[in-house]
Amino acid sequence: MATAAEIEKQTEAREIRNRWFLSAPALIIILLAASGPLLIVLLYSFLTPGPYGDVQWTFSTEGWVSVFLERDIFDDTLSFASAHLTIFWRSLKLALMATAATLIFGFPTAYFIATRPERTRDIWLFLITIPFWTNLLIRTFAVLQVIRNEGIINTALINLGITDQPIQMLYTDFAIMVGMVYVYLPLMVLPLYASMEKLDFRLVEAGYDLYATRWQVLKRIIFPMVRPGVIAGSILVFIPAIGAYVTPSVLGGGKNMMFANLIELQFGQGRNWPLGAALSITVMAIVMVALLVYVRNTSGSEARHG
Amino acid sequence: MPDTPGKNAIEVRGVRKVFGTGEAQVAALDTVSVSIRENEFFTLLGPSGCGKTTLLRLIAGFDFPSEGEIMLYGEDIAPLPPFKRPVNTVFQSYALFPHMTVAENIGFGLEMLGKPRAEIDARVAEMLKLVRMEKLAKRRTSQISGGQQQRVALARALAPQPKVLLLDEPLSALDYKLRKEMQIELKRLQHETGITFIFVTHDQEEALTMSDRIAVMSSGKILQVGSPRDIYDRPAERFVADFIGETNFLDARIDGIDGSKAKVTLKSGATISATLPDGFKPDGEATVVIRPEHAKAVKGDGDISGVVENVVYFGTDTHVHIRLDDGETFTVRQQNARGAGTSFERGERVGIVIGDDAAQILKD
Repeated sequence: MATAAEIEKQTEAREIRNRWFLSAPALIIILLAASGPLLIVLLYSFLTPGPYGDVQWTFSTEGWVSVFLERDIFDDTLSFASAHLTIFWRSLKLALMATAATLIFGFPTAYFIATRPERTRDIWLFLITIPFWTNLLIRTFAVLQVIRNEGIINTALINLGITDQPIQMLYTDFAIMVGMVYVYLPLMVLPLYASMEKLDFRLVEAGYDLYATRWQVLKRIIFPMVRPGVIAGSILVFIPAIGAYVTPSVLGGGKNMMFANLIELQFGQGRNWPLGAALSITVMAIVMVALLVYVRNTSGSEARHG
Repeated sequence: MPDTPGKNAIEVRGVRKVFGTGEAQVAALDTVSVSIRENEFFTLLGPSGCGKTTLLRLIAGFDFPSEGEIMLYGEDIAPLPPFKRPVNTVFQSYALFPHMTVAENIGFGLEMLGKPRAEIDARVAEMLKLVRMEKLAKRRTSQISGGQQQRVALARALAPQPKVLLLDEPLSALDYKLRKEMQIELKRLQHETGITFIFVTHDQEEALTMSDRIAVMSSGKILQVGSPRDIYDRPAERFVADFIGETNFLDARIDGIDGSKAKVTLKSGATISATLPDGFKPDGEATVVIRPEHAKAVKGDGDISGVVENVVYFGTDTHVHIRLDDGETFTVRQQNARGAGTSFERGERVGIVIGDDAAQILKD
């Protein structure tokens, strides 16, 4: 009996060793590529800025204080950093609006593709992914070309006599939104399509048969069943949207900054790495809280059904 | 009931349904007309691709006819969307909503009709009782068995009290024993609710045992409508005779007609009396069908004669395959009685006695 127990112990030990060995690559990547840099950023946020960028190894909470508060350069009093708050608010608002807009445009698109005959669906999906072939910067400049004052839209509007002044679209929040919706739409369409493709359209027929109108079928049958796709798509759009850098800097001009631009400013011209680091962690916290609230609310009603 | 013409619940008038366009056009239904009476169990029977499901979908409103009218109690419903028709469907796949409980599924139709909560709850409870599923009301549809899902699908379709219930091969996914049970269950439900049932199946036995009337379909056409007995005993067309049950086909010449009967001479020279189908245009030649159990093999002389080729024992009865003198084969089915009964040997010469009223002439 004792030998059997011993053998079992040995096997168990070997299994544990194997487990660590096999998961080592994943652990190394998580430690080096994800947690490591994050810890450095966290560390930097509690240090003092160096005169030419970089950090000095003295502990300071000044970086965190200046995320939300502003120190008057003359009398050292603190007041709300309204510029930061404006940027926070704009980022959050634009990211939410872009998510909503991609959902509104993406839902019918995905539904359209999912209801095509099987052999033509791939062609439609292929068309959706074509923009991915081009660099993000170039796509953003393409949007700029379309909406600028001398761009296609304004030229057309003026030539048609609808307006005699070009409508200022570029360098506004609207421009950033358009750019983000254009860039992130496939990220919404693809997960939506994936869950719609699995949708049993006989259930849609059953809904119609049981006196549900088109709107009720959408609300009560299609939407609950593709909810995983809606959640996945929204997360995939919201996260890059709130951290968007290229789009706001090209289409928003200098004054319509978003989070990423502000962070870049601190690490670049601002030479305030601790503030930049603190801002980065703030964004992460906001994204995490937003996702938690969102996922809990959207999957909550699912759980209530059973 | 089948023979007393009542009010018509559904009247299908000259309905054509064409799928595809141009060269690839296929007529799934080719000018079909049929009347379905109030409170009857009406079956659309035919092989797959005969258009029976297409006809059902047109009545449900999932597809729209290319031509023709579908009247529900005198009102043309063909252009209405499914949610405006007082008609419900039991789907072949059941199509239960997986994100809802059994009770929520059953109450869905009433909810969509905007009924008050109390009424919905009362009706759902009533339906759960009707299909004997009270205990599983709170279950998700994925947590119940196939037979139970079938009952929920039935209850869901019956809950809004439709004028007509459409059933699209609802029993095909069940195993044999459960199917038998559900056949009886369906008949009971139809009887208790008094709702007109239109049942689609490719299973002739199911059709014969359950229906008040059957419409046999093939290649987008309705070939014959009648009671199970009519369809079985008096098949009007070769397809009907062949599709339902086993039949002996014999070539014959018509010698004379007397009312609904005709004197025919079979190829073997024997002369028998056979029933004419409605709307028959005599042109001398005809095909006569005789069901195997409507004929009897005897030692000695009969109406026709031949040599026993094979004897197959089936328990309740025995099939005797006989090679007729003209080269055709003929099957006779004899019931097996204890002790008594004639037994036949292979190669034995036998006579076949064709019962009165056993022979039926086909239209085609």
